[in-house]
Amino acid sequence: MSVNGWLQIAVTLALLLALVKPLGAAMAAVLEGRGWLARWLAPLERGLYRLSGVRADEDMDWKAYTMALLAFNALGLAVVMALQMLQGLLPLNPDGLPGVSPHLAFNTATSFATNTNWQSYGGETTLGYAVQMLGLTVQNFVSAATGIAVLLALVRGFTRARAAGVGNFWVDLVRSTLYVLLPLSLLLALFLASQGVVQTFRGAAEAQVLDPGAAPEAVQHIARGPAASQVAIKQLGTNGGGFFNVNSAHPLENPTPLSNLAELLSILLISAALCYSFGRMVRDRRQGWALLAAMFVILVPLLALACVSESGNLEGKETRFGVAQSSMWATFTTAASNGSVNSMHDSYTPLGGLVPMVLMQLGEVVFGGVGSGLYGMLVFAIVAVFVAGLMVGRTPEYLGKKIEAFEMKMASLAILAPCLTVLVGTAVAVACAPGRAGVLNPGPHGFSEILYAFSSAGNNNGSAFAGLTANTPFYNLTLAVAMLVARYGVIVPVLAIAGSLARKKSVPASSGTLPTHGPLFVALLVGTVLLVGALTFAPALALGPIIEHLQLLGHS
Amino acid sequence: MSSSARSRKLFDRRILAGAAAGALLKLHPRQQIRKPVMFVVWVCAVLTTVAFVQALAGGGSERPGFVGAVAAWLWATVAFANFAEAVAEGRGRAQAEALRRARKDVTAKRLQSPSHGAPFELVAASAMRKSEIVFVQAGDVIPCDGEAIEGVASVDESAVTGESAPVIRESGGDRSAVTGGTRILSDWLIVRVTANPGEAFLDRMIAMVEGARRQKTPNEIALDILLAALTIVFLVAVATLLPFSDYAAFVSGQGAPLTVTVLVALLVCLIPTTIGSLLSAIGIAGMDRMARANVIATSGRAVEAAGDVDVLLLDKTGTITLGNRQATRFVPGEGVTEHELADAAQLASLADETPEGRSIVTLAKEKYGIRERKIHELKARFIPFSAHTRMSGVDLEGREIRKGAADTIEDYLDTRGGRLTPRVRATIDDIARSGGTPLVVAGGKRVYGVVHLQDIVKGGIRERFAELRRMGIKTVMITGDNPLTAAAIAAESGVDDFLAQATPENKLSLIRDYQAKGHLVAMTGDGTNDAPALAQADVAVAMNTGTQAAKEAGNMVDLDSNPTKLIEVVEIGKRMLITRGSLTTFSLANDVAKYFAVLPAAFAVTYPELGRLNIMHLATPESAILSAVIFNALIIVALIPLALRGVRYRPVGASRLLRHNLLVYGLGGLIAPFLGIKLVDLVLVGLGLV
Repeated sequence: MSVNGWLQIAVTLALLLALVKPLGAAMAAVLEGRGWLARWLAPLERGLYRLSGVRADEDMDWKAYTMALLAFNALGLAVVMALQMLQGLLPLNPDGLPGVSPHLAFNTATSFATNTNWQSYGGETTLGYAVQMLGLTVQNFVSAATGIAVLLALVRGFTRARAAGVGNFWVDLVRSTLYVLLPLSLLLALFLASQGVVQTFRGAAEAQVLDPGAAPEAVQHIARGPAASQVAIKQLGTNGGGFFNVNSAHPLENPTPLSNLAELLSILLISAALCYSFGRMVRDRRQGWALLAAMFVILVPLLALACVSESGNLEGKETRFGVAQSSMWATFTTAASNGSVNSMHDSYTPLGGLVPMVLMQLGEVVFGGVGSGLYGMLVFAIVAVFVAGLMVGRTPEYLGKKIEAFEMKMASLAILAPCLTVLVGTAVAVACAPGRAGVLNPGPHGFSEILYAFSSAGNNNGSAFAGLTANTPFYNLTLAVAMLVARYGVIVPVLAIAGSLARKKSVPASSGTLPTHGPLFVALLVGTVLLVGALTFAPALALGPIIEHLQLLGHS
Repeated sequence: MSSSARSRKLFDRRILAGAAAGALLKLHPRQQIRKPVMFVVWVCAVLTTVAFVQALAGGGSERPGFVGAVAAWLWATVAFANFAEAVAEGRGRAQAEALRRARKDVTAKRLQSPSHGAPFELVAASAMRKSEIVFVQAGDVIPCDGEAIEGVASVDESAVTGESAPVIRESGGDRSAVTGGTRILSDWLIVRVTANPGEAFLDRMIAMVEGARRQKTPNEIALDILLAALTIVFLVAVATLLPFSDYAAFVSGQGAPLTVTVLVALLVCLIPTTIGSLLSAIGIAGMDRMARANVIATSGRAVEAAGDVDVLLLDKTGTITLGNRQATRFVPGEGVTEHELADAAQLASLADETPEGRSIVTLAKEKYGIRERKIHELKARFIPFSAHTRMSGVDLEGREIRKGAADTIEDYLDTRGGRLTPRVRATIDDIARSGGTPLVVAGGKRVYGVVHLQDIVKGGIRERFAELRRMGIKTVMITGDNPLTAAAIAAESGVDDFLAQATPENKLSLIRDYQAKGHLVAMTGDGTNDAPALAQADVAVAMNTGTQAAKEAGNMVDLDSNPTKLIEVVEIGKRMLITRGSLTTFSLANDVAKYFAVLPAAFAVTYPELGRLNIMHLATPESAILSAVIFNALIIVALIPLALRGVRYRPVGASRLLRHNLLVYGLGGLIAPFLGIKLVDLVLVGLGLV
């Protein structure tokens, strides 16, 4: 790759780092209801509570918090599913798209409620504006807010001592949406619109083709719609479900280099800044920087590997973005559980395709989803601290809280859930006829495609290796189950940890306490994440991208 | 020291023989199901054995020799794990054996009423119940644990403590507890029984060293959960490899799905067998180490908690300072020579048997050559110290000498028409400020001067406290002294904090304060008035010389009654945790090499290109798989000594300790198996076995 390409990457990473502190500090403030924005909008917040009958001062224990969260998500899932199936009866459907099949509707609803945004449906050709806006865009906001809420509950587990409650789910949900996601999306949507991302209620535009002889039809239908508003939140909320089927490779979804930069930064922005907010909230900023450092330490080498492997491979990439912008997007979007794409990962070289796959399989903790990436990383930190704590001869403790059997049980569950989902899902798919039927490519690449699909769904990423026909009842249902297990199989144990930690007393640090902010801890955390991921997925990766790579070496 | 007499070589031949037999007995599935990781290995061994029988009958695609070898090594893996546990238990049992010999069934003289000379009847010791009264005299073995209620006797407690010097037991005070199985050497005691048969101290000790009542400790449970989770991950990773390999064979058009033998071999290599097999041995060895340090813990939980302690409450006397204050200097008053003062002080102390008194006589002799005189030759009358006068001294013909604290002597001088001179006053203040105790010597109106009594801080204690500080442990000195003296001694000895004018109440509230702030507090104690504080502390070491109440309240008893033992106890606790953590890391790091060995071998037919990952250049697929399995089994045996001895703890602060252990066990664990597996492979090839 050219020097220019590496420079583009360096500039992007530098911009990201520069934004971490200001945004992180602002989020730490507004999420606790402080700061000028929260003051201005406080009447609106109170009004919302009054309207919905929420008692904002109620402190929920972890079980009540979990029930509220699950009920809210279940409701969202049901609404999105209903909207899709009743699409034919809804307004704002200028192209007259029909209702969606139940298995596809279930898949899509699950996908958006779980912040996965796996797209079995074909964007502009399947869903009308009402479903996109009322269903998908709403879920884009609240599923991201749900992730932040869970993180906030976990933070309270660390900061509170001998407390029964972990906060109020409704308050966390409202504040995350109102003070963080909405303002940022508004800014980004306006910027994207300025760059030419389409935002309209009108139906598809009709254009005369220049060379009627070459095209089958003389009139070309160019799909349009309220895209800018949805694209903004799909990037910021680590959702990734594009307005158009080809996502951010579409010129109306991502028209210019500037729009590409803005969308690229938005993928990691909130997840990265939340690390800083975390440090603020636990009253030790070094803790937040350490977690962010661990994420960067994993991201950068993998990013480099993707760039080097893709060097000179333009298949499946937009020439206007080139190798650097495409590889960077592929790495960012799978590091964060975003899943939007601006190039087709299926056409990557074996090692280039391995990078996004590995990033997902690590559990979406390298930046990961909004909120969810950080709480996932904290689960790994708990495991790392446990083993390290034993090695220094103390009952392990993290941020002043002792890590004991219950935390280990829940942390194990949270790590097991996505790992097992990916492996079992892939095994079922390769073992049965409907699973094998979806594979378009022969050889180990076909296996990689299935493994990628389940790695994506089983870690709530949502990006797809094209080449797998996923809109079948089999894949729609199995992938939906994978998304549900991966999302709530982590959230519930994490909330249980939050509840258990909040009840404990806080242990003061001494020189016998393992410091969790230094390079040593960062190395340990990185090691834990990589080791768990590598040991779990090494056999599967060997039979997919690795053998593809070795066979390619053999041919050349 | 007694612990050397009690310790035995790491591998006693008798213990090893017993352990080998135990290893086979423990192959029973009921024994295995308690340890989830090893149970999986056990099931795998059964599976491969079935596959072996099938292969012998001509079924399957693999050589029966290969399947048989894998099966055999899997059984060996289970047996090695059992062996590790059996060795640890065997060492405990040998110790228990020695203790049991002390508990010969003896005859007790049961008294009908609790007074000396009352009639008694002879009954078996095992028939004695709590609160009955027995009489023991010279030559008798004390039949049960109890409390002396009358008499004083010298007792040989070597059966329990290993210490051959006799100790004094007497009724009342802090030395009244007696232990069953110890022998009276002289005089007699009347003892109230305090424990029913089977609950006595010796029984508790036997149960502990045998590991019979060993419950898993909290950290062990948490680690078990982590290991179980890892086992599940690997179980699924390996189980899904069956359909994966089936699909791979289907798309590549060559090879076949993996066989049970290969899958099982991979699984056993991956799951954390190393730590899983040594976990219980580490726990038992921890208790054993505690016992060899002559500390009896009531539970493994207490041992583990000791590693977590971050505040240590230490009694000043005996722990930080040598037992008692000693005279170090004579500072004369106006018009008095040093010699005169020394002479007067010596006269006043001649009949004083307190350690302070003896030290004055010694100092006078050493510094001024004043020989000891016989008090009756001087026709002197000794005035002993009394709580009422708070002075002691001597009345000679026409002359009286008194020594005591400044305020007491001032009162005395008032009655005789004298007063403290300014120089003496200044001396008194100086001494008090420096942490010493001023003892004023006066006679009639005349003030001779001041004797400087000093607490002698034990040698090396300052370094010990610095070490504790690096371990992250705060030391707090407990003393009955006034704050000024306490501060001076605290500064000299290097403790972090002190509690002066300590009472049982403020000790208790100090512990509660620390606990409320999240600290884990350890303390030692011997007296009955220590009992509430001992009960409140997280780790409480009672002295064996202490009262029954103190021993009941503590969760450990130190048989040597050495208050500095607390530091050793903390180290043993830490060592146990470090060993577990280090071996877990080692076990996991090992897996990387095993993947490199097994994966290319397993897919040698389906994807020959994966052979590039065979970076160890293992000879054949069969030898690769077998080498990994053999290495996995042998590493357990190789680590048994480490598990029993424990990873060394160095008080260098958490970061350095972690960095060191990560390098040795993490990086070492990553590299070692590459070498080990290659070596086994070379041996297999060399022997022509593959």
